Amino acid sequence: MKAKVYVTLKPSILDPQGKTITQALHTLGYDAITDVRQGKFFELDIKVDSPEDARATASEVAERVLANPVIESCRVEVD
Amino acid sequence: MGHTKFAIIVFPGSNCDHDAYYAVTEVLGQEAELVWHKDTDLRGADVVVLPGGFSYGDYLRSGAIARFSPVMKEVAEFANSGGPVLGICNGFQVLLEAGFLPGGMRRNQRLEFICEHVNLRVEQTDTPFTQNASVGQVLRIPIAHGEGNYYASPETIAELETDRRVIFRYTSPDGVVDEAWNVNGSTLAIAGICNEARNVVGLMPHPERACEFAVGSTDGRVILDSVIAALDGVAKAR
Repeated sequence: MKAKVYVTLKPSILDPQGKTITQALHTLGYDAITDVRQGKFFELDIKVDSPEDARATASEVAERVLANPVIESCRVEVD
Repeated sequence: MGHTKFAIIVFPGSNCDHDAYYAVTEVLGQEAELVWHKDTDLRGADVVVLPGGFSYGDYLRSGAIARFSPVMKEVAEFANSGGPVLGICNGFQVLLEAGFLPGGMRRNQRLEFICEHVNLRVEQTDTPFTQNASVGQVLRIPIAHGEGNYYASPETIAELETDRRVIFRYTSPDGVVDEAWNVNGSTLAIAGICNEARNVVGLMPHPERACEFAVGSTDGRVILDSVIAALDGVAKAR
């Protein structure tokens, strides 16, 4: 099974990279884009039988390793 | 003065391990061992140093992978039994990721890698790494990092302040906290903290790079001298 994990800085934490990208987009005239949050994307291949098990494993490693829960939040998707 | 033995942990990608080794042995005349991260023996060391660098290439996050190194189990046992542990720069990031210390590191506010001397105010002297300093003393010590922008939740910050666990702050040359001197944008200009038991200290600046006049400052010595004196005191009390 495949799982996708998206990691971004928590909404409460200033994302200086995202801010810089937003400003760059504004200089190109994309004024409609009001905010950018930069993050990381992981694709996991997981040898389990059910999407539920895949989600459980992916969520566990997302919390334990892939994201630092002090500053980042994560979202898991299973195909 | 007794002989203090330092264990300097070497992760793949550590690059200040030899700076620390040199400062401890050549400058301070103590004993040191470079301990490979796969080792499971701290060789009877009195102090453990997690040096600066880019352990595991900073893959995933700074310090995130180093916590899985075999030696970290020994370091945890050493710390739990009260042994003094100093995390410098990447070593501080490892201590955060491994849960020895609370909080996390963000990219520097201005997104630059900063390599310069900073003014570091000593906030507390009841740790083995600051006992020879005085409260409010301002040290000139270099930093060299891209991710040293300290963050912790407001609850954690409140706890650190109440328990007097903020050990160093970035300040002006005369020791005033001012956003203009908060080089990397850290919460409340925090540059270093300690654990609850006060024996584990992490800081972003590099005291080992400020131990000789030839490199522009000897202010880093007070941090290393402190732990040597602290252990000497322990030895005498026995």
